[in-house]
Parts: sequence; C-alpha cells; structure tokens
Amino acid sequence: MVQAIAFYAFAFVTIAAGVMVVSSRNPVHSVLYLILAFFNAAGLFVLIGAEFIAMILVVVYVGAVAVLFLFVVMMLDINFVELRQGFMQYLPIGALLGLILLVELFFVIGIWSFSEDGSMLAAVIPIQNITNTHALGNVLYTKYVYLFQAAGLILLIAMIGAIVLTLRSRPGVRKQKIADQLSRRSEDVLDVVKVKEGEGV
Amino acid sequence: MEFSEFLDTYLLPTAIIVAQIFAIIVPLLVAVAYLTYFERKVIASMQLRKGPNVVGPFGLLQPLADGAKLFIKETILPSGANKILFAMAPMLTFILSLIAWAVIPFDAGMVLADINVGILYLFAISSLGVYGVIMAGWASNSKYAFLGALRSAAQMVSYEVSIGFVIITVLLCVGSLNLSAIVEAQKTVWFAIPLLPMFVIFFVSALAETNRAPFDLPEGESELVAGYFVEYSSMTFALFFLGEYANMILMSGMTAVLFLGGWLPPIDIAPFNWIPGPIWFFIKISLVLFCFLWVRATFPRYRYDQLMRLGWKVFLPLSLAWVVITAGVLVAFDIVPTPLSG
Repeated sequence: MVQAIAFYAFAFVTIAAGVMVVSSRNPVHSVLYLILAFFNAAGLFVLIGAEFIAMILVVVYVGAVAVLFLFVVMMLDINFVELRQGFMQYLPIGALLGLILLVELFFVIGIWSFSEDGSMLAAVIPIQNITNTHALGNVLYTKYVYLFQAAGLILLIAMIGAIVLTLRSRPGVRKQKIADQLSRRSEDVLDVVKVKEGEGV
Repeated sequence: MEFSEFLDTYLLPTAIIVAQIFAIIVPLLVAVAYLTYFERKVIASMQLRKGPNVVGPFGLLQPLADGAKLFIKETILPSGANKILFAMAPMLTFILSLIAWAVIPFDAGMVLADINVGILYLFAISSLGVYGVIMAGWASNSKYAFLGALRSAAQMVSYEVSIGFVIITVLLCVGSLNLSAIVEAQKTVWFAIPLLPMFVIFFVSALAETNRAPFDLPEGESELVAGYFVEYSSMTFALFFLGEYANMILMSGMTAVLFLGGWLPPIDIAPFNWIPGPIWFFIKISLVLFCFLWVRATFPRYRYDQLMRLGWKVFLPLSLAWVVITAGVLVAFDIVPTPLSG
C-alpha cells in the first residue's frame, strides 16, 4: 500500500511537472520544473529497485546538466510577450512530434508484452543476491564493453567539438603563467644594494 | 484492516523512524549552533583576541542569543523578488543539509537508512546544494546576489568533479557503495594513509564545495557585499547560515567516513577501543572542522580564475590519474576487493 501511494505521488508529480515545463511562462520556472520531474523520476527508479540508476540520474541530470541549463537560461534577456507569439505557429509540429513519440512508445511496449520471445528483452542476467551496482558493472564491462567505449568516445568528441567551437585566441591578453611565477628565484629578481647616505642608488 | 494491525505495520515503524530522525537532527542543530561559537573562539585565539565572552559563562550562550536575535527580526521580501522561489531557496538549502544525514553511520549498525548506494546518495544530495544558492541569487533580483550565485554555481559544479573521482578511488579500495562497508574496510588501515593525495584533494574540494574560505568567493564581502544571500534577513538568512554550517559538518563527516575510518578507533587495542564508536566519530568530525576553521584563519581568499584553474587544471588531472593508478595497483597485485553480496 505504501509503495502504491508513493508510486502515484511520484508519478503524478512527474507528469504535472512535465506539463509545467512546457506550459510555464518563465523559462527559469520551466527548468526548475524539469528538475522536479527528474527528481521524481529518480524516486520512481528507487521504487522499482534501481537505486543506482536513480542516484546517477540525480547526480548527472539534476546535479550537473540542469545546473548548466539554469545557468544559461537565467542570464538570457527574455521578452515574455515575444516568446508567446510563435506558440500557435509551432503547435502543429510540436503535436506531430509528440504523437510520433507516443506511437513509438506503444510499439515498444506492445512488442515487449505480446511477442513470443519477449523474454529476450527482459533483464539479461537474473539478479540474485547482488546489488544492482554490481549487476550493472557485470554486464557493462563484459557484454557491452565496446558499446560502452563507443559511448565514451562520442561524448569525448562532443566535448572536443564544443571546445573547438567556442575557443578563440585573443592576441594581447596577459595571462598568468603559474609555472613562470613558481620558477622565479629571489636571486634573479632581487638585488640587495647597500646605499650610501646622501647618494641614492 | 484491524486497528491494532494498522498500528503494528504502519504507525509504530513510522513513530520509531520519526524518533530516530529527531535523535539525529536535534544534536546536529545543537552542533551547528556551537560550531559558530567554536569558530569564533578558534579564530579569536588564532588572532590573539578573546572571542565571545559576555553572554553566559565563557560566552557559551552566545549562539542562543544570536538565534533569538535572528528569530525576532522582520523577514523582508524585496518587492522585485520572485516571492515563491525567494522563500523556497533557504528552505531547500536547509533541508538538503539535513536529509543527507540519513545515511551517515555513527557506529556499526547505527544508521538511519543503511542503503546500498549510500555514498552516491550523499554525492547526489551535495550536488543538489547548488540549487539553493542559484535560486536565492536569481529570485532576489539583485545584481550582487546574482553574481554571487553564478560564481557559486560554477565553483560547486567544478569541484564536484574531483570529489567524484576521489570517491571512485575510495570505492575501488572497498568494493561497495555502502557507507558502513566503507568504514569496515578501513579496519586495518585508514584510507587517509594509502590514499593521502586523495585525502588532501578531498579536503580542499570540501572547502570549495561548502563555499568556505579560502574559496568563499560566492559571498566575498569585499566585492559582493554578501553574495547570494545579500537580500535575506532574519530567519531566511538564519536558514542559509544553518545550512552552510550543517553542510560543513556533513563534509567533515564524509571525510571521516571515507578517509579517517568513521567510528573505528585509531588502533584496535585496549584503551582506544573502550571508547564507543560515536565518540570517535565525533572526535574525528571535530578535528576536520577545526582544520576548516584553521584554514579560514590562515589563508587569504583565492582569486576566481585561480580557483577555476585549481579545480580543472590541477585537481581533475591529478584525481583522474590517481583513479587509474589505484585501479592498476589493485589489479596488478591481485588485491581487488571481492564484491560483497546483499
């Protein structure tokens, strides 16, 4: 009973927050609702016993990705009236995309529940007596190691791409070179002089 | 369902859990109050002053007087502020600093929620802490608060990365994400000794993560007045303050659990193991907290670009290299800890 109550609470808040992401006027509120949705999705993961994924969801999406979102959105100079103007224009294509996603979801779940060998889509190894961190590690680094490495490479390329796109070298900027500072010795830069009275250096 | 059955299955466990929560939170809040006193006394004696010594014997009632002062002041909502978020931000900061304590083990088996992914939970909660700061800065609708929030967000996200790698290194040596298992794995030697560089990185990152000196740029009073909470007054300010100090205690607790053997005595022989575990844990937390204050009294504030350089160009490569080295050593000498079941 407690699980059911918790499930409906998390699920309801997730969906409500999802609706608010799309419908709220202020983009900052949208991002905050998105965070709420992520957080409740993590709660749903905990309920099905996938605690590792739940925590990773919070760490990665809420703790890092959404922070960057918020960071960018907060600094935008937004005209709310202008923002609402294109709404009717984008509504058909948005609805179409939503519909396509819904149909695809139906296919996935339909195949899962009606196909003869639906078991192949179920969990790869039966989980017994090991935590799901170990279970994930066991498949991720053995069966799917190449896919895992490929995902890593894709992320690396994305990162390098972002750096290349934003990197610009400006001439004439004075930068602090820590190594130079540390390698300075007092003998090189300081001269102790005995000054005679009335003569100066 | 019979009433007695309902009582046994739901009401009684709930009551027990609520009692346990109070048993953690009440001492924690007292500790937070006296941490402010401790801080003022320690810094005072480092600067050859007396510190608070007027209210009560040795000034011991000073934190209570400060609390009462903040409590009876007026809460001001700036007219340009986003009211809901403005009120939510301090609550969020405070709540997050409290709920993380659910997984901290005080002694063998003495933990509110002994979950499998304890350390990840702690990491997740500490990564949420940045939202209180960002929301406060944005909702205040004030440039100082906003600049403080931006600095803080960038800083906390940067230092989380190296904290993550430090945690991974410890996990490699434990083979479990459970905090009690992490402490038990330090029976023979505390991780502070074999993983000394990681211990230092973790401590410095903890300073940055809690926005403490020398990384207290988000509130750098000389340039930003008070940073993200400049518009806050009375209890809303007090909640930020309590949250910051509770986070300091939490990070010290994490340091104690990850590197200083949690509740374990330094050597498992007669005079040491007479002292119960929670006392050892308390002593270790106090020691780390003393270092927090010591650093504050000693070092000048970092410049912002130096802070970022330290996080990304020094700590990140160093901790990443240490992850690889630790993993390599564990595999080479065939001492990879076996996964614990359950």
